[in-house]
Amino acid sequence: MLLKKNKVSCNKLKRVSSSQYNNLQMQQKEFITMVSPFKDKIFRLAKRLLISTEEAEDATQEVMVKLWTKNEMLSELRSMEAMAMTMTKNYCLDQLKSKRAGNLTLVHNNYTDNQASLQQKMEDVDSWSWVEKIINDLPEQQKLIIQMRDIEQYEFEDIAKTLGMSEATIRVALSRARKTIREIMTKTHNYGIE
Amino acid sequence: MALNRIEKLIESYLEGETSIAEENELKVYFSSLDVEQHLKQYQPLFSYFSQAKEEQFSREILLPTKKKNNLQMWSIAASVVVLLGVGTFMYLENNTSDDFVACSPEDNPELVLQQTQKALALVSEHLNTGIKSVGYINEYEESKDRIFKK
Repeated sequence: MLLKKNKVSCNKLKRVSSSQYNNLQMQQKEFITMVSPFKDKIFRLAKRLLISTEEAEDATQEVMVKLWTKNEMLSELRSMEAMAMTMTKNYCLDQLKSKRAGNLTLVHNNYTDNQASLQQKMEDVDSWSWVEKIINDLPEQQKLIIQMRDIEQYEFEDIAKTLGMSEATIRVALSRARKTIREIMTKTHNYGIE
Repeated sequence: MALNRIEKLIESYLEGETSIAEENELKVYFSSLDVEQHLKQYQPLFSYFSQAKEEQFSREILLPTKKKNNLQMWSIAASVVVLLGVGTFMYLENNTSDDFVACSPEDNPELVLQQTQKALALVSEHLNTGIKSVGYINEYEESKDRIFKK
């Protein structure tokens, strides 16, 4: 009799835990679909700052986990994306800071080094990886702004929120960044191909 | 597209004053095949912007199971409750024993008696501790006598 009762309660327990598990799975699925419209943006932003693809992937993963643990509080998709962008920015800047503190330099794996042959250089001039190099040499704040405006095409209002700066400051920094890029490009343009 | 307009757009683009729509206009212009010679220098820039937006996050997102997190939350909540409970218990305990209530002998003689006794007990308790320490002085006196009388 007692044994039977025990068995019954055991069964009940099992059922509860499995339904909980299903619920969790559902939540995870839901979360991933919610996140998918902007997960690439996060990855690209992280890559802009961290440069290496692997580190950017790690950063994206990290931000997703953080976002997941906060999931209950975030109901609106728009605010979720803004929050994710802010978290990515903070995470990457922290990463960079700790790296500099540890006296390690970033490895620019993705580029041909300075010793590349002349021919290589000529080829690079035309390809967009050369533009990428110019952008990646900008100060971090300008990199962030160029990434968010020229690549992801966010409105100034959203960029201001994400970076915690005024729209006017962002416009000034953006203009400075664009002019720097143009300057470096024209220099090489005039001196290179034509 | 009017060349004039493109030149103007680039101007304000460099000043950071173009809207998203205008920037898209520029992107479209530079993705076309007939770009004016003197504007060709901008072409790689805008084509890079379009291409850079194509890069995707190829890894699968791994999420931790939420259960552990819940357990943590619960343990934190439980410890807070226990601490609060112990705290309030101690607080109340301390407060009740030392409380004196204002009262007059006409209204409530019993309470007055109780409170007086309590007050006297409190005084005598302190007195006793005082007397206990006086005992040490006696000890000192005795040993002094022992040494000097001999």
